[in-house]
Amino acid sequence: MEVTLNHYLLIGAVMFVSGVVCMATKRNGIAVLMGVELVLNGANVNFVAFARYTNLGLDGQIVSLFVIVLAAAEAAVALAIALNFYNNHQTIDIDQGDRLHG
Amino acid sequence: MDIKACLLTTAWLLPLVGFAVEVFGGYWSHHAPGGRFKSRLAAYLSVGCIGGGFLLSLTALLIGLSDFELSLWGTPEHGTEHAAAQFAVADTPHAAGSESHGDTDAKYVSGSLYELARFGNLRIAIDYYIDSLTLVMFTMVTLIATCIHVFAIGYMDDERTEDHVDHEVHTADGSHLHRPGRYYRFFAYLSLFCFSMLGLVLAGNIFMVFIFWELVGICSYLLIGFYVERHSASTAANKAFIVNRVGDFGFIIGLMILITSFGTFNFSSYNDHANSPESPGLFQMARDSHGQVHVAETNDSQRVINFAQPNGSHTSIPYWLLVTAGLGIFAGCVGKSAQFPLQTWLPDAMEGPTPVSALVHSATMVAAGVYLAGRFFPVFLPEVLLTIAYTGAITLFVAATIAVVATDIKRVLAYSTISQLGYMMLAIGLGGWIAGLFHLITHAFFKSLMFLASGSVIVGCHHEQEMPRMGGLRKKMPVTAYTMLVGVIAICGLAIPLHWVTGFSGGWDIAFSGYHSKDAIVATALTYANLNPIHSLLFLAPLITAGITAFYMFRLWFYTFAGKPRDQELYDHCHESPRVMTIPLVILAFFAMFCAIGGEGGPLFNLLGASETHVTDVAGSGIDLPTHSDIAQFHGQAGMLALLVAGLGALLAYLMYCRRQPDPALIKRQFAATHEFLVEKWRFDELYDVMFVRPVHVVASWFSGFDRRVLDGILHWIARTGVTVSAWDRKFDEGVIDRSIDWVAEKTQDVGRSLQAVQTGRLRQYVMFIALGVVTLFVLIFALFPLFLKA
Repeated sequence: MEVTLNHYLLIGAVMFVSGVVCMATKRNGIAVLMGVELVLNGANVNFVAFARYTNLGLDGQIVSLFVIVLAAAEAAVALAIALNFYNNHQTIDIDQGDRLHG
Repeated sequence: MDIKACLLTTAWLLPLVGFAVEVFGGYWSHHAPGGRFKSRLAAYLSVGCIGGGFLLSLTALLIGLSDFELSLWGTPEHGTEHAAAQFAVADTPHAAGSESHGDTDAKYVSGSLYELARFGNLRIAIDYYIDSLTLVMFTMVTLIATCIHVFAIGYMDDERTEDHVDHEVHTADGSHLHRPGRYYRFFAYLSLFCFSMLGLVLAGNIFMVFIFWELVGICSYLLIGFYVERHSASTAANKAFIVNRVGDFGFIIGLMILITSFGTFNFSSYNDHANSPESPGLFQMARDSHGQVHVAETNDSQRVINFAQPNGSHTSIPYWLLVTAGLGIFAGCVGKSAQFPLQTWLPDAMEGPTPVSALVHSATMVAAGVYLAGRFFPVFLPEVLLTIAYTGAITLFVAATIAVVATDIKRVLAYSTISQLGYMMLAIGLGGWIAGLFHLITHAFFKSLMFLASGSVIVGCHHEQEMPRMGGLRKKMPVTAYTMLVGVIAICGLAIPLHWVTGFSGGWDIAFSGYHSKDAIVATALTYANLNPIHSLLFLAPLITAGITAFYMFRLWFYTFAGKPRDQELYDHCHESPRVMTIPLVILAFFAMFCAIGGEGGPLFNLLGASETHVTDVAGSGIDLPTHSDIAQFHGQAGMLALLVAGLGALLAYLMYCRRQPDPALIKRQFAATHEFLVEKWRFDELYDVMFVRPVHVVASWFSGFDRRVLDGILHWIARTGVTVSAWDRKFDEGVIDRSIDWVAEKTQDVGRSLQAVQTGRLRQYVMFIALGVVTLFVLIFALFPLFLKA
């Protein structure tokens, strides 16, 4: 069976949806971050796949490289937030961080 | 610049310096702690300024004597060649520098001190015009002013206190008014007045004359209203100012006609600048070098006057226009010199302190009108001169008759001043230019003397001015009484005519100044009446009035100084004035006696004669102006008549007020109606009240009614409509605009509140929203976008 664009898109979609579901269901902040990573990488798979199967050149790869760098930076900031959150609340249950409700 | 101009300018500006120092420094020096309020510094400063001015003027006069090559003694040959020389400058374009004018024939020095502005051809500058008349006036004004300043040191002495009591003003609780004394203020005003008067005399153009004319007026206003708390004083000040405005109205009209017709304000061309262009002044344009007015008839039979323009071309102005200009200028003189019909202000002006009456309202300021009439003599046409003569004749008679019944010592003198000013105006109107100005100078001396003497009486009698309460005062105040007698004899023109007795025509009469000057006027009048029999009234009026003058002046003297005291208490408290007041009296008495020494062959007459403009008759006017040789023929006759009438008047006064035979009280009863008429000053005040004041009041009440009913009604209606419209507008604003805006705001707030519930703060929920939102957008785009495309 030949691997086509649709397979990649399918995998990307599965990763994306898994990430979103993870963000929406997990109360653990770290798990939420993992969901974010899944979403980002699902998108990356799509970029790379489109770049590979169309004549867009290396644009997709470049964008995915940016996304990876961005994700790393985001992870660093987010983990710092998580640590502070833990220091303040003695937990990383994000449902406890609802002080900003209206 | 000419040395005389330098001296006179300094003399002119000195009082201004005094005024400025007193105004800016006087207040503080008097209110400084430690009782310095009592300082006489202000008086000394003023006296110093005006005294210095006198010395400078005298020097200028002496220099002028040699510069103008004047001979003081003997009767000069008054001929055409003499007068023609005076205005030869206009015709012969010679480059006369300031140094060389002594060699020329010019009998005047004219130049410019400072140019204020220039509008096209119109030039407004501070000019000077100095001839022998200016020099004599300067010396006379500064000398008299110095005497009066010194006198005022004594007279105003009771103002030198922090708590002056004005006995004539009652406050609401019945006590007298207490106020700080105004010593320094009085002297500041006097200095300002001297400055204005001297500026008026020095002026070289008519515009400057007008400025100083008004300044003199305002000084007069300030000084009449010096006791401003007295209702009578403030009213009198207003009256003087307003009546003068009437005359000044004419003055301005005359001024405008002159500037539009001749294009210059200057009296005469400048001859005091090395490079000044020869542009002729008013005097040189109106009459040519032979004193002739060039009257011509145009094609439409209109009379015009031709004159040469500065550029050499000839232009003309209508005859009637120059007559109007002359009448306008004369109207100003009428106001200032208190001539009929504007004479009513002067007697009221006696409300001021007596030195003011002496300086301002007898010797100098009122003389300004006569002076200006004399200055403008070349511009006056025969019709104007006739008007002047009749005005003078009416004035001198009316005022003299009122003086006969006046009982206030200062008012008698005030009316006599008006009467004497009438004499001067009459003389000028008759063409007796020198006679008029001669009388102006002599009158200034003896009238200021008499006013100061009356001031001395008033101080001595503790501010009592009613003559019926005085009497016999010569024993208490001999200096005042006998100096006053000198003035009385001088004004009456009594004399011992030696040359009749000896038959020697060159002999001198033993006479005081007034005899000579009045003689000159009466002689001019007699000659005029002989040349123009239709105007004989112009001789009778001054002749009869000479008798009346002698009567009322001796009446004054006998009432005050002779006989027995009528009010013993007043007599007992009466005292002679201090020396600071009597010495000026003696000095002035000396000049009242001797200033006209030599009569018409004497220095004063010759000095004035040097400035006379030769004037020839204007063809077609029907008036013959007397020449000097004409007058000489009638001189003896006129002098005899005048002396006779004056002697009769004096004798009558002696009989009535010393011998009581006939008794004045009896005469008063018999002529009760006439007496009342005269006491009410010929009812001029009432007449003006009916003629002007009441109509103005009526018209004013109409206008005020119109204002209140119509204009105010309209305005109120507009205002009310405005208020109503505004009320509607407010309702619309509040009901519609505000409410719609409020509604939008409320709804926005409601939406905000309802959306608040969505923000729970739960992260997972937000993620769900995002996801759902994305799905929704996805569905919308993919489900609805094709529909739009199809549509």
